[in-house]
Amino acid sequence: MVKPKTEEEIALLRENAILVSKTLAEVGKAVAPGVTTARLNEVAETFIRDHGAVPSFLGFEGFPAAICASVNDVVVHGFPSDYVLKEGDIVTADIGTLYKGYNGDSAYTFPVGEVDPETRKLLDVTKASLYKGIEAAVAGNRTGDIGYAVQSYAESFGFSVVRELEGHGLGKEMHEEPGVPNYGRRGHGCRLVDGMVICIEPMINAGGRGVYLARNGWAVHTADHKNSAHFELTVVVRKGRAEQLSTFDYIEKSTVNF
Amino acid sequence: MSKQVAIEQDGKVIETLPNAMFKVELDNGHVLLCNISGKMRMNFIHILLGDKVRVEISPYDLTKGRISFRYK
Repeated sequence: MVKPKTEEEIALLRENAILVSKTLAEVGKAVAPGVTTARLNEVAETFIRDHGAVPSFLGFEGFPAAICASVNDVVVHGFPSDYVLKEGDIVTADIGTLYKGYNGDSAYTFPVGEVDPETRKLLDVTKASLYKGIEAAVAGNRTGDIGYAVQSYAESFGFSVVRELEGHGLGKEMHEEPGVPNYGRRGHGCRLVDGMVICIEPMINAGGRGVYLARNGWAVHTADHKNSAHFELTVVVRKGRAEQLSTFDYIEKSTVNF
Repeated sequence: MSKQVAIEQDGKVIETLPNAMFKVELDNGHVLLCNISGKMRMNFIHILLGDKVRVEISPYDLTKGRISFRYK
């Protein structure tokens, strides 16, 4: 039985979500050919700490950095390193914050310079599948409805959905119940209740859905080495329409003032 | 950060116990108490010490599993 969050808790989670969204925008501004993923990590960590929060990924089950920087065929959990981004790459930044006892978690896949049309389509479809999942995240539905929405949309374009990883509830812990897979059957899964806070994070591959774990025990690669995109937003389940706590507006609408 | 779906993982049998129960060590180091699936019992598939097997883990109890496949 998953307990919904109180309005006070949702307010704290909203503060975290906005901070993560702004951090992603800062990272987005830094993404360019010639920049290392370690530099992106530095930008994010500095921004988070300047706002009085702590990067929640650092030390999480031994993770060595503040952000996951996943380039091209890395689906998730890539380590920031001296890898230099080049034109045509895609890099997913997944960022987490811990502020006032609660967590924030969001992710965005940035194109580096100009990318080829197939990759551009992967990014657009993955982001759109996330919004389809959010449409399904209403009180009375089940997690299977969210997974079905994401899966049917992404697969209709010939892309594949990663099965081994899923979204999750969010609160004082980074990973709480329920699990929110990106595939599913309508009417199956955990029932969604008004006030539940979940992270929906489609991980979509350009090629097949097979993935493997790298030797470092963290980075997940596509088995066919084709690109993979990942977008994540935190939402509150409500009656009729889910409420987004985190947003991509800071990234996409660059006229927003901080 | 994405959460790992806790369903099927591979491991190695490290101890055999009575009543077709086995201690299995997963690739990530966890040791589970596992039973053998009905399909394997029905088809008389034996599992011995040191076999590589696929285990289904319930997300409700991460210390118990069900052996669903034995690799050659």
